[in-house]
Amino acid sequence: MKILEFLLNAMAIGVTFLYGSTGEIITEKAGHLNLGIPGIMGVGAASGCAMLHVLVKANSLPPWLIVVLTVLATLAGGALMGLIYSFLAVTLRSNQNVTGLAMTIFGTGVTKYVFSLLQKDDAIYIRALPHFRFPFGNSTSSLQYCGILVFLGIAIAIAASVILMKTRIGLHLRAVGENPATADAAGINVTLYKYVATVIGSAVAAVGGLFYVMDYAGSPEAYLTIEAMGWLSVALVIFSLWRPYISIFGSFVFGALFILGSYLPSFGFTISMAASNLIKTLPYVVTVIVLIITSIRNRRENQPPASLGVSYFREDR
Amino acid sequence: MKQRKHNEQAHEPLVHITKNAAMPFWKSSLIRVAAVVLAFLFCSLLAAVLINAKPVEFLQEFLKGNFGTNPMSANLRIWNLVKDTAILLCIALAVTPAFRMRFWNIGAEGQVLVSALASAAVVFYFGKYFDNVSSGWLLLLMLIASIAAGMIWAIIPAIFKALWNTNETLFTLMMNYVATFFVAYCLVKWTPDGSSVLGELKAGYLPRVGHDYLLLVLIILITTVFMFVYLYYSKHGYEISVVGESQRTACYIGINVKKVIVRTMALSGALCGLTGFLLVSALDHSVTTTSVGGRGFTAIIVSWLAKFNPFLMIISAFLLVFLSKGASQLATTFRVSFAFPDIVTGIVIFFVIGCEFFIRYKVHFRFARKRAGAREAAGAAAGTQGAPGELPAEAEGKAAVIPDKGGKLK
Amino acid sequence: MAQPEELTFFALELKGISKAFGTIRANSNVDLELRHGEILALLGENGSGKTTLMNMVAGIYYPDDGQIFVDGEEVVIRSPKDAYKHKIGMIHQHFKLVDLFTAAENIVLGVNDGSRYDIREVNERVRELCVRYGFNIDPKEKIHEMSVSQKQTVEILKVLYRGAEILILDEPTAVLTPQETANLFSVLRNMKKDGKSIIIITHKLHEVLSISDRVAVLRKGEHIATVETSQTTEGMLTEMMVGKKITLNIDRTEPHDTVERLRVEGLCGVNADGLTALDDVSFTAYGGEILGIAGIAGSGQRELLEAIAGIYGPTAGTVTYRDPKDGAEVNLRKKTPLQIRELGVRLSFVPEDRLGMGLVGSMDITDNVMLRSYRSGRLMLLNRQDPKKLAEEIVKELEVATPSLRTPVRRLSGGNVQKVLVGREIASAPALLMAAYPVRGLDINSSYAIYNLLNQQKERGVAVIFVGEDLDVLLALCDRIMVLNSGRVTGIVDARTVTKEDVGYLMTKSHDGAAKEGFISEGGGEK
Repeated sequence: MKILEFLLNAMAIGVTFLYGSTGEIITEKAGHLNLGIPGIMGVGAASGCAMLHVLVKANSLPPWLIVVLTVLATLAGGALMGLIYSFLAVTLRSNQNVTGLAMTIFGTGVTKYVFSLLQKDDAIYIRALPHFRFPFGNSTSSLQYCGILVFLGIAIAIAASVILMKTRIGLHLRAVGENPATADAAGINVTLYKYVATVIGSAVAAVGGLFYVMDYAGSPEAYLTIEAMGWLSVALVIFSLWRPYISIFGSFVFGALFILGSYLPSFGFTISMAASNLIKTLPYVVTVIVLIITSIRNRRENQPPASLGVSYFREDR
Repeated sequence: MKQRKHNEQAHEPLVHITKNAAMPFWKSSLIRVAAVVLAFLFCSLLAAVLINAKPVEFLQEFLKGNFGTNPMSANLRIWNLVKDTAILLCIALAVTPAFRMRFWNIGAEGQVLVSALASAAVVFYFGKYFDNVSSGWLLLLMLIASIAAGMIWAIIPAIFKALWNTNETLFTLMMNYVATFFVAYCLVKWTPDGSSVLGELKAGYLPRVGHDYLLLVLIILITTVFMFVYLYYSKHGYEISVVGESQRTACYIGINVKKVIVRTMALSGALCGLTGFLLVSALDHSVTTTSVGGRGFTAIIVSWLAKFNPFLMIISAFLLVFLSKGASQLATTFRVSFAFPDIVTGIVIFFVIGCEFFIRYKVHFRFARKRAGAREAAGAAAGTQGAPGELPAEAEGKAAVIPDKGGKLK
Repeated sequence: MAQPEELTFFALELKGISKAFGTIRANSNVDLELRHGEILALLGENGSGKTTLMNMVAGIYYPDDGQIFVDGEEVVIRSPKDAYKHKIGMIHQHFKLVDLFTAAENIVLGVNDGSRYDIREVNERVRELCVRYGFNIDPKEKIHEMSVSQKQTVEILKVLYRGAEILILDEPTAVLTPQETANLFSVLRNMKKDGKSIIIITHKLHEVLSISDRVAVLRKGEHIATVETSQTTEGMLTEMMVGKKITLNIDRTEPHDTVERLRVEGLCGVNADGLTALDDVSFTAYGGEILGIAGIAGSGQRELLEAIAGIYGPTAGTVTYRDPKDGAEVNLRKKTPLQIRELGVRLSFVPEDRLGMGLVGSMDITDNVMLRSYRSGRLMLLNRQDPKKLAEEIVKELEVATPSLRTPVRRLSGGNVQKVLVGREIASAPALLMAAYPVRGLDINSSYAIYNLLNQQKERGVAVIFVGEDLDVLLALCDRIMVLNSGRVTGIVDARTVTKEDVGYLMTKSHDGAAKEGFISEGGGEK
């Protein structure tokens, strides 16, 4: 049973990374390296939790409406951050690395600020949690980790894959990220695609923040560790070779590696406290190895979008 | 005469953006200063709305936070301002050579952290063999260990970049977290009680000269001058600029690009090592997973804002530290979250990076243009013979007037 | 007035179009008309503003001034999308394709006809188009696996797929073999029969005469005239293109005291795509003479020079340099540019890509002059004193127009950029000087300044290798001309006696010896 609990737990924490990486993949497919993901996930968590505080106090709403409104608030928070990033990096053509890092500084600041205003009241989360863990919310087995947001995350990743590979919008988006000059010449509105992809990507990533704080951790203190979750999501993008459907599997692997340290004793392995920290480096080390292998093999299909990190200006010759 | 249907809807685009030619230094500086001032006004407005601070109070608190006296220790806060500026400057100096080469090293956070760890490790394991807390030999050992650790952390991604063009941004980013957990690992090992709190080390103190921080500041000032000379007046610095601008030119004149990439990253790592050493020996006398505290990332912004010029970095580093300290004071006085400085810093950076657009590009609006006059002239001048002067080569525009790529980072 | 509307209006009409980049006027006041169902050649020298003009029609640039009419209706083309809306499609010289996509994905890119997107349907439609016009393309093949001419075909298919009625082709033959050119032209004729109106940008006269109905000539950004092809000759076109007929007045001296300086034997190499770039190239260059290299663009000129300079690694062959002092021979193959210099080989190279390879655009003149010599001196520090003096000399002697020595070279005009580059390369007192297209994009005066410099070097006993594209210049400047054709040497001829036709023939003949598909004869004999 421990194994099953471990796997379900791995999937649950993995969903945090899945939201983050799916969002970042959508953004990167438009040629924008958004290093603001940690900040964006934080703001997502903050806006969602703020909404939750308001709603739970209102006390008379049906549970499904609480869930929907909270998620909507999260999406709005993430989208707003995406809009700031897009304005700077797309319209004003700022350096993407610098803009992203500034987003992270700003975003974590906002996150901490908002959470400091909210009451440190675990009760709100405990009360709301069963709604978010529909349909297993009231079970006591390890299945209870798998709530609606887990399924939503997987559904979004699958939908993103299908849209990227099988639809006209996906084709155009990939073209914008690969070669914006070509996309522009083909009559695609490069700026619009960049904006929409970044805003949607940020909104999706933001849900990861909400899920982590409210659902997986179920504690308002969890916002303090959200930045690390954000960077792991960026790592997962590389691990998944910019494909959301691989990201579903990858998020599970990352989740497993992330919690492996705390489960090893119950599997009969004794590890020191110290070694569990080394195990935590595994997701990053694995990502680096994937990065190296793909660069050595140099297959065109597995490289980052060609224009990643480069601003596009039509009259550049 | 043919008849044409004139399209009344046929207007020019509402906004039309073109590249700006060279802008005089004073003018671009003016735009940047204006951006900072505007950002300040915006923040004071925000403070007025969020925490009910009047603009006058806003300014007062900012000045108090940076130049006031600390009520607890009667220390002048300005020393803190100088110290923090110096450390941030030092990390910014470290990332700069790589950036000038367009190697996007965003791993300074990890590079400084492992070198701080190396310094601490030297004291932890060998400190007891030295009687003097400021033993020169111990300090030298710490310095060497720090620099070696920083270099190793920086060279690994550089080698893969040189050999297989592995994406350095993502690689160095990952290395940061490996460093963090590696430090966590060592801390658990070193603290038998499992608290992971190393506490203040008992040896390896940088000697006190005049003031607690004076030596530190002097070392970093010397490093700044050294880096300026290195980047602008040394053969290595010249090679870095050539590689950054065009690898093909570098090949053409026989620069070994791979060697320059690795060598430059080694220097970046070494400077991160110096910073790590200074953190441990002059300031913290300890190491934690948050010893660098995001300054490795902030330093990137410092370097970029200064257009990779070491002397201008003094100004940009000062600006960011000033903001953070002022906003902290504001947060303390008005009893709001300790996160307030991050928000202010973020906003000011948004303004400053946004203003670069107005330096590099020109925005034309439809109403500002005249068409009628030119249209009349169109008919008359149709058949005129060749005008003197050269034209840009077509298509590639290789021969002439390649538009300014603006700042190197784009 | 009574005629039906379609006949009254031109397919495309430009009125008073002007465009400037910074202080440089690329087009001033250009008028142009394209009739329905005709092929119009847009002729002009390099830098005459042809591509800029057409880019404005295709929505890449926006004109500073002027009007565009399609079928008599004034239109505004802000973006390529607008261009397609008016059924205008441009095939750019630099292909605008996404390497990672298949042919069909590239073709359907940006098309939004409201129907459901299904790549299988697209593949089918592309196959139909291929059959109709005689293309040979697999819609499922990825672009990065294709040859240059296949990529061009994809570009044309892209435009046809969108139902363009006006096609603009920018120097489509520059990258094609004569055989592929002949194929292209037959496709263009097919399209004309189909009722399409076509503009073909070129600076090759024989192509103009062979394919077009009318010719519009641009010179220095201005429209000179539009004439019926049937009523014009090469001579007339040249005159319009270059202004008054230029009798090249290059002061060519007889070579004397020539000594062997460079011997290339059996050099072979491949380009980045793995295709043959050099095929068994052998020749000798002598000190005191100018050896010209002729050939259509991309025949291996660049690879040859870069192989000699140590930048490009050939797969086979030797490059032997003979020292002018003691006659000692060194093999330069498998040496880096730095090793070559350290061997004491005095080799200077003016590359084709001035700002991308020869100079650093963002650096000032002094720092650029220093590129070759910055390693001198034992100190770690740079010595900027000597380069500064040299830069001053270059600016003075070659009359470089620049605000100051501190001006970044990318802000200089093309001719001045080239003077800085050539000046630097000559300053190191070379024994072997290679120059690739050194006068491309330069005005007449600057060009002559460069010719004189090359001649001076020849007089000093330097072996000069000059890669050119203008046959008149090659014939008037060089002592011998080597012709490259698809990476092979098809002849080394005496420049004083050879005719333009002969060189043109060597440039374009296929390797089995036969001229291509009557292409040259159709173009009319060269003058």
